[in-house]
Amino acid sequence: MLIFEQSHTGRRALAQAPMQSADTSDIPDSMLRTDEPGLPSTSEMQVVRHYTRLSQKNFSIDTQFYPLGSCTMKYNPRACNTLAMLPGFLARHPLAPASMGQGFLACMYDLQEILKEVTGMQAVTLTPMAGAQGEFAGVAMIRAYHDANGDTGRTEILVPDAAHGTNPATAVMCGYKVHEIPTDAQGDVDVAALKLAIGPQTAGIMLTNPSTLGVFERRIEEIAALIHEAGGLLYYDGANLNAILGKVRPGDMGFDVIHMNLHKTFSTPHGGGGPGAGPVGVSKRLEPFMPVPVVGYDGDEYYWITEAVRPQSIGRLSAFMGNAGVLMRAYIYARMLGSEGMHRVADYATLNANYLMARLKEAGFDVAFPGRRATHEFIITLKRQQKELGITAMDFAKRLLDYNFHAPTTYFPMLVPECLLIEPTETETREELDAFVAAMVRIQEEAENSPELLKEAPHTQPVRRLDEVRAAKQLDLAWSGPAD
Amino acid sequence: MSNIPVELKYAKSHEWARINDDGSVTVGISDTAQDQLGDMVFIEVPEVGQTLTAEEACAVVESVKAASDVYAPLGGEVVEVNEGLADSPETVNNDAYGEGWIFRLEPAAVGELEALMDADAYEAFLASEDH
Repeated sequence: MLIFEQSHTGRRALAQAPMQSADTSDIPDSMLRTDEPGLPSTSEMQVVRHYTRLSQKNFSIDTQFYPLGSCTMKYNPRACNTLAMLPGFLARHPLAPASMGQGFLACMYDLQEILKEVTGMQAVTLTPMAGAQGEFAGVAMIRAYHDANGDTGRTEILVPDAAHGTNPATAVMCGYKVHEIPTDAQGDVDVAALKLAIGPQTAGIMLTNPSTLGVFERRIEEIAALIHEAGGLLYYDGANLNAILGKVRPGDMGFDVIHMNLHKTFSTPHGGGGPGAGPVGVSKRLEPFMPVPVVGYDGDEYYWITEAVRPQSIGRLSAFMGNAGVLMRAYIYARMLGSEGMHRVADYATLNANYLMARLKEAGFDVAFPGRRATHEFIITLKRQQKELGITAMDFAKRLLDYNFHAPTTYFPMLVPECLLIEPTETETREELDAFVAAMVRIQEEAENSPELLKEAPHTQPVRRLDEVRAAKQLDLAWSGPAD
Repeated sequence: MSNIPVELKYAKSHEWARINDDGSVTVGISDTAQDQLGDMVFIEVPEVGQTLTAEEACAVVESVKAASDVYAPLGGEVVEVNEGLADSPETVNNDAYGEGWIFRLEPAAVGELEALMDADAYEAFLASEDH
């Protein structure tokens, strides 16, 4: 039941009443509303119960194992939240002069330095407000670089078919045509096809490494050389950085630009529509084009680097410098880990993934790339179950909810039929991984003996199987008053 | 088993093409394609009058699982599109080879049809993909 449906005329709660009244005498009558806003009239207890119940319906990392591949749903330490909310950070005004925000600027400068070190890039800017904006900034810099060289014949961005769906979208948003590159049977970029696709029209390539197939792109150095020889640049999608943190660096692989999803790798909040943060790292040749502002340090004071000293910058992406509170959380997380901790993130992210993959394989599930070591995630395919039992990946996913596990990513990447993309992350215990395997084994038994249990799942959730077509086509998102 | 009508031609990207009596060619996606994509929620059709070249991305089928491009199996000018799909995209699921057609074009070179697969070849192609 919606909070609006619990409304009762005249009921009110002091706890929710505004603390102060405002003087509206200087607002013209024509601009003042005459009717009351359509807010629910409820008691304090009704509100508390309503939102507590809603929160209990959540599947979340705080309550359940959440192996949603490609999303890195790891535990975010509470300390990151607590420290980012220290009054000095929280009350800093973005228009305050740099001299009055030295502590905050020092943290941001250090975060830039940490991300530079982790990625092996020449410089980092923190201003993109989310991963998608980071991607946009990255490709916009590639475009600005070619334009600055008078190199306007480069109209095409190469994107492997295993890339994230945002990559082709970003390329198109920046005015490029997308040329798709196939993947070979082992999950690597098809280098022969890549060679045929490269030409004077190539502006660059967008790659995720490890790829969305959960494997490391083994011929990355050869690919980088091919693209650079043709005058193109390499873009690194940092979505899967968790697997390689402190181990290998995109800068050393030859990438020119990388965006990072801080919510995946650096412990900032996931979902809910943000706020996000998508810092971008660049090689030397792209540094002049970085979006501003960037934090500088002259050995004595921290200061803002702006358009004044970066005339070739692609400009600003937001009014200020990105989502400051989110960046603070990432900074605190990185400081808590230290460089040794960064290694351990990658160690355990990959160990957990390989352990889970080996156990599921042993239990009879089909791994999509059995000859390959998993990175931080891996794919199983339920194609055999679909053929023999008529049970799909979606049925498994829905049934997992009944066993109190969030489902892995389903039907992505599209290259693998009936797939589950499973990413356990480094923060899960072995016991939790074992419990997941046990659930998968039981669901397989159910699929063979009582398939209706899967077909009709979930049975234990607040809602049953949704009509996805109706949900997609007939959106019902806003309260529009009582039905009568 | 997949439904693969013998009178149609097929592209590797899973479109079908039917040559009509008036020389125009009707295009849709195969039963296998609709089955793999799952329930359709949105179909974006090309524009009438648009000139297509073979293998050009010209329409989009979006299902509950994914959005996929539809490629022109041969070149030509679009002369009619299936307007009904805007309201009833599920028609592609229910009748992929009939009411679920996507567009009709006037081929630039009808010989391009020869480059497509016949039903037997498409069936073999599906089997080979199904490794």
